[in-house]
Order: sequence, then structure tokens, then C-alpha cells
Amino acid sequence: MASIFEFANPKRFMNLSGAVLPWLAAVSALAIVIGLYLGFTAPPDYQQGETVKIMFIHVPAAWVAMMCYGLMAVASLLGLVNRHPLADVAAKTAAPLGAVFTALALITGSLWGKPMWGAYWVWDARLTSFLLLLFLYLGYIALWNAIEDETRAARAAAILALVGVVNLPIIEFSVDWWNTLHQGESIIRSGGPLIAGVFLWPLGLMAVGYTTLFFTLWMIRIRTEIIERRIRALQLGIA
Amino acid sequence: MTAEGKLGVLKSIEAHSLSCIRGGRLVFRDVGFRVEAGRTLSLEGPNGAGKSSLLRMIAGFLAPAAGVLVLQSDGAEISDGEERGHFIGWLGHHDAAKPQLTPRETLRFFADLYGVSGDIDGALVEVGLSRASDLPCQYLSAGQKKRLSLARLKLSNRALWLLDEPLAALDTAGKSLAAQFISSHVASGGIAIVATHEALGIDAARLALA
Amino acid sequence: MNLFSAILFRDMRLATRAGGSAALALAFFAAVATLVPLGVGSDLHLLARIAGGILWIAAVLAALLSLDRLFQSDFEDGSLDLIALSPLSLESMSFAKIAAHWLTTGLPLTLLSPLLGVLFGLPLQAYGPLMFSLAIGTPAVSAIGAIGASLTLSIRRGGLILPFIVLPLLAPAVIFGSGAVLAALDGLSNGAFWLLGAFSLVAVLLAPFASAAAVRLNLAG
Repeated sequence: MASIFEFANPKRFMNLSGAVLPWLAAVSALAIVIGLYLGFTAPPDYQQGETVKIMFIHVPAAWVAMMCYGLMAVASLLGLVNRHPLADVAAKTAAPLGAVFTALALITGSLWGKPMWGAYWVWDARLTSFLLLLFLYLGYIALWNAIEDETRAARAAAILALVGVVNLPIIEFSVDWWNTLHQGESIIRSGGPLIAGVFLWPLGLMAVGYTTLFFTLWMIRIRTEIIERRIRALQLGIA
Repeated sequence: MTAEGKLGVLKSIEAHSLSCIRGGRLVFRDVGFRVEAGRTLSLEGPNGAGKSSLLRMIAGFLAPAAGVLVLQSDGAEISDGEERGHFIGWLGHHDAAKPQLTPRETLRFFADLYGVSGDIDGALVEVGLSRASDLPCQYLSAGQKKRLSLARLKLSNRALWLLDEPLAALDTAGKSLAAQFISSHVASGGIAIVATHEALGIDAARLALA
Repeated sequence: MNLFSAILFRDMRLATRAGGSAALALAFFAAVATLVPLGVGSDLHLLARIAGGILWIAAVLAALLSLDRLFQSDFEDGSLDLIALSPLSLESMSFAKIAAHWLTTGLPLTLLSPLLGVLFGLPLQAYGPLMFSLAIGTPAVSAIGAIGASLTLSIRRGGLILPFIVLPLLAPAVIFGSGAVLAALDGLSNGAFWLLGAFSLVAVLLAPFASAAAVRLNLAG
């Protein structure tokens, strides 16, 4: 019975990912193009006009940013428990992607906020949580870079990722609490405005597109990292 | 000189096909040895050969990339790194002497930590630190701090001694003190594994790395 | 004396002797609290409203100052090797270090805080909540800080990256802690103490395990 760990063996992984990659990229491109087309040809929202359509870029980015941290935590756990070198590589390569998607979510959220709330940053609960998430990603990346020994860096970063994933819901809860404390009754709902049905299809497509885009980029990064390590091993003469 | 309680008396330590990888580099491979109670093993080799790594491996800090390490006591056979740690008396490169604490406070701390009720004053006299015993360690010389480490090692009452360059920083008198400590330890049934550049001057089996 | 107390008292002794960190944390706390009015003006009404937040942030930063050395000094001089070989578990050692750190930074900061509260024109009803929130919240700072300290103990300039890792994780403590003071100012109750207490409890219970794991991986080095 095949287990997922068989595919995790670097050679098998390289073969499998090489075969899957073009398809994944194609699905991603297709989904994003169609999603954007449907989204921007849909009628404008009665409340917000055309600006609500930033959500097609913002919401999927936020979703991927969160998913990525979860995947990073799972990879970290596998790396710590099973000592699987591919797990460490997976976690390490996911982080910069997660940081970029988080930054994208923050920037688009801010741009969306200007017409909605009148300012680029109003410390709403959602975006504030994402700002902290960005710091968690950056801290994780910084830790990887600061420790010289690769194995030690992997394990330390793994512990940090697990501590972060446990803390993340607590951080979100506390930011939510903080938000209601300081703004009391507010027209800013933490989930953003309700989404009309006509927007659901494009949104769904964009979510699929972004997710497959994330996995495409992640796979490419993992492959690159594996190749880099092979080169390094050859250089050190122990391959 | 013997491990207490349920762990029983230490009989031997054995290693087979040990390999060590650090920082992606192979440090040594296929290292094996066997040391019985009452014997000393001297580790020899150039810098970078892995003497310190081997000692850390025996201590259980570093997991071998391959191979096994087995501690034999009359109570049990122990291959787990952390369990092994309870038999080990360690003397490493650094002297673990906090600048703000005095030798007496340092020995008191380690005696409490290792759960031994030894004669602190006697130990200080034995290593020639009785006059410096209440001076903060920042005022001690490197040789004096090494003597303090020797006192601490003896006080810890552990069966398997691992010493990394115990003679470094010691003067002639200090070196013979160290040698004498090791000799009397193994004479009472303990084991000593010593990494050293200099000759110990005691009867020991030798293991050359690289 | 038992093993846990041996570490606890030794660490406290080291923190309070000359060159130790306890005095440094207090001085830093006072300095930051003094600088803030210089930066935002002396309007007491404004200062009173921001006092809870400012004092909490200052307390966190002051506690962070000494955290990078929490495990690093024992690591560098070989003490950590010896402690790891002792009968005391690394988890218990971490817990003892967290306790020692709190007793020599968090607790003194809590006791100093009312004096700084005066500088901010805090009304009488806020002093109790201020001290109480710091008392039950600073253990979380020591605990989560210890996790960061153990992860960075082998990094030469670890002190630079430590706050970066630890501060986002401490956001809940700052939020609940300062929220408690704000509630006292407005005469409300907002459950902040319960939330803060729960956060601290969980942090203090789980941090020793994460720290011990981080110490173990560094011992192999």
C-alpha cells in the first residue's frame, strides 16, 4: 500500500512533480484568467460600485496566506517527528510565498479600504491580524537565515512554526477583541461586506486559481532547493 | 563511583560502526570501541577529526548518523542517548564557571543539581582552591577554573567520565592532579574516555580518529 | 535543596548580582516611561488614557532586554551541557529559568509600575488593575520570551532577532493587559483579566516543552 511518504522521496518527488507541474500551472492560469474576466464583467455592486472587485484579488490572497501557514506548520511537524528532509525543504520554501501572499492581501486590503472607509489603514481586525501574520512569516524566515547549520535551522524554525500556529488563533481572537473594545459599534464588519451571488463564481475561480498558483510556485521552489542541495553535496564531495 | 539505585553498577560501554555527520560534512565513520569498567580510553587525532563530536555522541547530545552505542550496567542495557546521560560525568572545553559566582557557590550549585552531598570544602582543598574559594570566578586564572572543573567532576559521582582536553590550561602540578583523578576514578571501577593532544601519563587504550 | 530550586536560585543570584539584568530592566522601564510624555506632550488626560498601553509595552521591552542571555550564557560556557546531564529534565530547567526571569524582571516591573503611573496621571481606580494586569501578564512575557531565547541561543547576535520573533506572539498579552487598564479607567469590566490569565497560564505551561525541544536541538551542535 503506497503511503504519501513514498512520494516524498526526493527522486520520486522530482519525477512526480515534473509531470504534474505543467498541468497545475495551466489550471492556475486558466482559472485566474477566467475568474478575472467574469469578475470584472460582472455588474457593479450597488453599494460600492466597481471598487468591490478588488476582492477578487484580495480575498483569495488572504485565503492562501492562511492556508500556507497551516501547510508550513504541518510540514514542520512532519520534519520534527519523522525527520523527513523533504518536509524541512517544504516548510522552508513555503514561507516566502506565504509572506508575499500576506503582503498582497494587506496591500489590496488597504487599497480596498480607502474607498470604503476613507483611509488606507484603519486598524480593522482582519487586516491587523494579517499584519501580525506577516511578522510571523518574516520572523520564521529570519530564523532560518540566522542559524548557520541547515539541520539546526530546520528544527528551530519548525518549533517556531508550531508555536506560531498554536498562537495564531489566539492572536486573531485577541485582535478581534481589541477591535471591538476600541471601536465599539462599528460599521466595519470584520468579515467585510456580504458577498452577492453573482460574485461567487468569479471568487471561487480566483480561489482555485490562487491555490493552484501557490502549489505550482511551491513545487518549483522545492525542486530548486533539492537541486541546490544536490549541487552543494557534490561540491562537498559526499554525494 | 557507581551509578546509584535501579540503574546498577556500570560494567562497560560499547560502540559499533558509529558515523557522525555535522553541518552536512562527514566527520568520521565506522568507529567502534569497547571499554570495560576500570579502564581508560584515550581518543587521539588531529583537529577536526571528531574527538569532541564523538564525546558529545557518547554523552547523548548528538545522535549518530549510523551505528549504535550501548552502555552495559548490571541492571540493564542502555542505548538511549538521554538515559545514558545519567551515568556521565562531563568535562568539556569550557569551564562552566560563572564570573559572578565563587568556586564554593559553583560547586554547591552542581552538587545540588546532581543530587550529591559531597564535601565541598574538602574538594576545594584537594584541587588547591581553598584560598580562592570565596573569590568570584572572574578573578580566577584559566588553570584555576580547570581545577574547579575537576573538583566538580569528581563531586558529581558519575560512573562514566568523558573529558575533552582536560590538560589544557593546566600547569605541571595541575596535569598530574588531573591524571591522578582519572587514575583513582577508574581504579574504583569507573570508566574514563579522554580526548587529548598531550600524553596523560596513565595506562590507557588508544583510539585514533581519522 | 532540590534540583529545580538549584537552578532557580542560581539564575536569580546571577540576575541580581553586579552586571546582572534585574536592575537594567527596571532602569529601562523607567526610561521608556519617562520618554513617552516627552514625545507626546504633557496633556494628562491623553497620558492617562495611553498609560496602560505605554506601560505594558515598556514592560515587555524591558523584559525582552535580558531574555537573549537566558539560555545563551549557559550554552556558551558549557553549563548547559552539565545541566542536561543532570537528573533535572530540560523541561523543568526551562520552567525554573522562566520563573527566575519573571521574579527578577516581571515582578519588580509590576512593583515599580504605580510610581510610573503617577507620571501619567493615572486615576486612583486604575492602579490596582495596572499592577494586577502586569502581575498576571508578565509571566507570559517570560514564558514566550524563553521560547524565543532557546531558539536563538546559538546565534551570535541572537538578541537582534529575538524581539522580532517574540513580539507578534505577545500581541495578545499587550492587548489584554492594556485593555484591562482601559476598562478600569472607564469603570467597565471587559473580562480582560480572565483572558490575560488564561493566556499566561497556557504560555507558562507549554513554553517549557518548546524551550526544552529547542535546547535539545542546540546541544547537538
